[in-house]
Amino acid sequence: MSILNLAWLIPLFPFLAFVTIALFAHRNRALSHQITIGGIAIAFVLSQVVFWAAVLIPVDGGEHLFESTAIRWLPAGHEVLSLGVWVDPATVVMLFMVPLVCMMIFIYSVGYMNFGTPQIDPRYSRFFAYMSLFATGMLGMVVFNNLVAFFLFWEIMGTCSYLLIGFWYEKESAFRAGLKAFLVTKLGDLFLMVGLVMLYAEVGSLAYRDVFAPETLHHLAETPFLGTPLSMAAVISLLIFGGTVGKSAQFPLHVWLPDAMEGPTPVSALIHAATMVSAGVFLVVRTFPLLTAVDGGVQMTVVAVIGAFTAIFSSVIAVAQNDIKRVLAFSTISQLGYMVAALGIGAYVAGAFHLITHAFFKALLFLGSGSVIHGMEHGHHHAHEHGGHHEEHGHEEFNPNDMMNMGGLGRRMPRTFWTFLAGGLALSGFPLITAGFWSKDEILAQAYETAPWVFWILAVAAGITAFYTMRQICMTFLGQPRTAAARHAPESVPSMTVPLIILAVFAVGLGWAGIPEHFPVIGGLIPNWFHHFMGSAIGAAHTAEHAAEAVGHAAEAVAGFVWQPLAMGLAFALGGLGLGWLVYGWRPMGADDPDRVQAAMSRVGLGWLHTAMRNRFYFDELYHWVFVRGSIWLAGVFDAFDYGQAEGRHGVVDGMVNLAGRVGRILSQVADWIDTHIVDALVDLAGRAGRAGSEATNVFDLKVVDGAVDGVGSVIRAGGQALRPIQTGRVQNYLLLASAMVLALVATFFVMILLLQIW
Amino acid sequence: MNFPILSVTLFAPLVGAILIMVIPREDAKTIRRVGTAFSFLTLVLGTIIWIGVARAGAGDMSFTEEYRWIPAFNVWYRLGVDGLSAPMVFLTGLLTTLSLFYSARTIGERVKEYYFLFLLLEMGMFGVFMSLDLVLFYVFWEIGLVPMFLLIGVWGGARREYAAIKFFLYTLVGSVFMLLAIIGVYFDTGTFSILEIAAAQPFVGNIALATAAFWAFFIAFAIKVPSFPFHTWLPDAHTEAPTAGSVILAGILLKLGAYGLIRIALPFFPERFHYFVTDVPIIPIVAVVSIVYGALVCMAQWDLKRLIAYSSVAHMGYVTLGLCAAAAGYGVLAGEQNLSAAVSGLTGASMQMFAHGLITGGLFFLVGIIYERAHTRDLKAFGGLGSQVPYYYGVMLVTGFASLGLPGLAGFWSEFFVFRGTVRFIPVAAIIGVLGVVFTAAYILWKIVQHVFLGTLDKEKWGTLSDMEWWEKVTMWPLILGMVFFGFYPTPLLDMFNAALTALLSGLP
Repeated sequence: MSILNLAWLIPLFPFLAFVTIALFAHRNRALSHQITIGGIAIAFVLSQVVFWAAVLIPVDGGEHLFESTAIRWLPAGHEVLSLGVWVDPATVVMLFMVPLVCMMIFIYSVGYMNFGTPQIDPRYSRFFAYMSLFATGMLGMVVFNNLVAFFLFWEIMGTCSYLLIGFWYEKESAFRAGLKAFLVTKLGDLFLMVGLVMLYAEVGSLAYRDVFAPETLHHLAETPFLGTPLSMAAVISLLIFGGTVGKSAQFPLHVWLPDAMEGPTPVSALIHAATMVSAGVFLVVRTFPLLTAVDGGVQMTVVAVIGAFTAIFSSVIAVAQNDIKRVLAFSTISQLGYMVAALGIGAYVAGAFHLITHAFFKALLFLGSGSVIHGMEHGHHHAHEHGGHHEEHGHEEFNPNDMMNMGGLGRRMPRTFWTFLAGGLALSGFPLITAGFWSKDEILAQAYETAPWVFWILAVAAGITAFYTMRQICMTFLGQPRTAAARHAPESVPSMTVPLIILAVFAVGLGWAGIPEHFPVIGGLIPNWFHHFMGSAIGAAHTAEHAAEAVGHAAEAVAGFVWQPLAMGLAFALGGLGLGWLVYGWRPMGADDPDRVQAAMSRVGLGWLHTAMRNRFYFDELYHWVFVRGSIWLAGVFDAFDYGQAEGRHGVVDGMVNLAGRVGRILSQVADWIDTHIVDALVDLAGRAGRAGSEATNVFDLKVVDGAVDGVGSVIRAGGQALRPIQTGRVQNYLLLASAMVLALVATFFVMILLLQIW
Repeated sequence: MNFPILSVTLFAPLVGAILIMVIPREDAKTIRRVGTAFSFLTLVLGTIIWIGVARAGAGDMSFTEEYRWIPAFNVWYRLGVDGLSAPMVFLTGLLTTLSLFYSARTIGERVKEYYFLFLLLEMGMFGVFMSLDLVLFYVFWEIGLVPMFLLIGVWGGARREYAAIKFFLYTLVGSVFMLLAIIGVYFDTGTFSILEIAAAQPFVGNIALATAAFWAFFIAFAIKVPSFPFHTWLPDAHTEAPTAGSVILAGILLKLGAYGLIRIALPFFPERFHYFVTDVPIIPIVAVVSIVYGALVCMAQWDLKRLIAYSSVAHMGYVTLGLCAAAAGYGVLAGEQNLSAAVSGLTGASMQMFAHGLITGGLFFLVGIIYERAHTRDLKAFGGLGSQVPYYYGVMLVTGFASLGLPGLAGFWSEFFVFRGTVRFIPVAAIIGVLGVVFTAAYILWKIVQHVFLGTLDKEKWGTLSDMEWWEKVTMWPLILGMVFFGFYPTPLLDMFNAALTALLSGLP
């Protein structure tokens, strides 16, 4: 019994926290957040135990891989898919990051939710319950041993993002953003699901051990897809990558992430760092052997192109945003593009490394921005109460997120400022001292060797990233306050700033786990632990030869030190930061100044471009018109076809049925008319005329009436007559009638058999 | 096994119904108690049956009973359950119990007739799931029809007569087809035994007659399912039926059609089914259209109950699609991956029968609960109720997410397994059908959740709206628990279906 079996329990505790709050603690605020933090703290401790155990005690003769005994889960035909835990370097590295970042965010949330506006009293517990479930989703996704469980927890996370983004559901923009996030990611998930079922149907299992076995990968690489030149492996990995495009907000499904900041800020931090978007990249990390099953396949190129394009595309948009969280949102998209591009060129270790470092500094930046917004709200409140009313016009429209309203916050909020600066520098890849530098440098170094075009795109994107990060820091923290709110903004409470400080430590120090050994001067002082450990995941015997080859190929790039990518990476990062400082920091913006870049672009006739950037190149509008309006229109058409929307108007399908019914009804009315007017009259006549006449009409009755009441008509009549007594309220008669009808049907049956028998 | 547990379960509701006839109508309390008690008894028996089948091996018929009934025509009273029917028997018991429990507080008029009819209905449904003889099957099929007709026609909404007649007509047309097919099959094979006929394969070598008989069965069942284009009775019937009637209609009656397809249409005519799935792909088209079209039509509805009714069209489309996968795999089942995929398709279909029963049953209860208070089902009239009725909101969220196939809740497995089967044999159908998932998410979250619960609350209009009462919670909790339990751990259910359906498919010639 290995100690790694503890991994089973890691997702369990946040889940128990969710259930407990939802069922029992939903009236008690303090208890709710205590349970939530307790749940994640236990998960954190267990994760640390698993982490160190996995790092220090290699199982299976030197490989860092452990698979637990499994429980019977999904039978199909004669095969069974079992559920167990799977602890390999990818799992372990995620287990180091996820609970730690989640715990920081949860602690921060207590301060954020208690000391700010708006108060969420009735839904305070619900917030923490959802957060716990979110962590469950991420942790469950990481620890289990098959892709079905992966998908299950992946979708739970999607649901939590829906609930949390739309948390303030009185606000229309909030619940719309939640719905958008859910549907857009769901669209990506469709591809993922088709990919998974295709893989399942082809392999007969979705356990990692089976799917990533060399012979399986070989088989998938050799099997053509429906007679096309593409291999099964290429198609399936592209479909699976569709899930990443949705979840990690890659172009063209990036539109949901910027809106996702409608949720409370801790949620943004959770989504942008520890969970949701990281899950998408982790999916590529997880299925990397499949992605690389075909050497030099088209699927790798697609992944690299989408990643690289997303990286530069969204960094350009970020330059034109004024909302402090929106800038960060686009930087997330851009950084995710980095990771995806890295994986697309086979830089497996570098991509995973950037995933981890990014999680720390992006969580830090989001929580820092939350602290800033908090300060702005307080400051606004304060200024409003104490005679600030003569300054700004339009208090009710005050936007605490708008960086145009900030300035000079560095002096008011020192802890927030210094930690934010650390995060910002890490994001920009400030050399040597930040984690972001080491992970970004590794991606660039490998891209330079394997795919120069990717290198150039990513290097330019790095420059733009540094530029807008410096712009953000300058506009927020430096210069003079541009509003009364900024002038009165207080520092946040310790439960918010302490997590910031802890995250800042990691944002700086984590890079030292992955310093390339051939780096000048300091290389080799600390062993490149991350590379060895993570790299062993892909070198393990259970995974594909191609994956190992691809990684090995990319790794050769860094085997010997190459100075060009490092120099250019440095030039872009420092150049971007310097330019940003020159434009926004040297002479800070005043209260009514227009944005500097906007002004500059307008001067050279590129104002339209800036407008387009600010409006995110109009992708939201395009999608709204094509997809949202399109489906609603189609729904209306189908509904009309089916039934018709107005009362009494019938659509085509129902109209035809109704026509048949009407014909039947006319027939029955004819029959009824014959019955009452002709038959009855004749009966009357017969009664008066005598016995002979009466017998004649009986024959008529049988022939004419029964003949007319044929087919549908007779049924309608039966139904109509059956209901008439109901209207008069005598149900008993109808029970009798009903029984009679059953008997009649059974009788018909036997008569028919008898007839057939005789015949 | 000497104790005739199936017969006891089958006729327990009848005994209850007769007992209710004896109780004076003024004593509504006793009537309600007796009715609920008898349905609860069947639930207990259903649980025992499930356990018994699981122990005996879900691949074979258990608890079989066989008595000569009408010797002249070789008609037998044959009962038996396997892994496919046992969970459905259990579900019937469960939903009937919950319906009667819930109705005890919501049905005030003609209580005696209501409970009488409901128990009669339960017997009819049990009979269909237990019968191994076509005549018996047909008799119970018809018995189920009449009480439902009356439940809609008497206790229904404003347009109940129209809806009741429409329901009756449609189903009767199907019955006529089925009757003809049954007689035809009897003359070819000389038996009414479902298992014997499946083994004998009626009309081998006579393609014309086989095709005719296949379509007769198929249409009869497709009307009940209901599959596009035979579905327009359903929105009306559901919308007009009383709450518990809708629950049973969506939860069980639709499954009778699906059950018939799996138990009769597929094993009797696998070759014809295969032909109309692969060579002339009418059935996959019907299934995919049901899914996508049904989901889109949902998006255009503003009546909550009608919306949920239409969602059944889409959801039951997955059942048909899963059947298509199995039928498409017919002929190549020797390959292990093919067998697994084909069984997956059928397992997914069966899973959908069960999960949809829990989920849509729950949704109709929830509609009833809000309608009792608000006296409207117009989605445009609501908004912001999330903070007014948080408990109801929570229950609706879980049920709604289950309905849109969220993993971790029961509805997911059906879609997942259906697509696993479909993608191997008819990938195009899978790729189009999967679009239904997004549309479903859209109408659940956009139409139901957003319009009812999100946004700002109209305090004046809804400020007095009360949250769920204890009996409503008691009604919903078993369903919620089922969704969550089978969502994470579907193994007990899958083991039943998988064993039965592997046996069924492996047994095909």
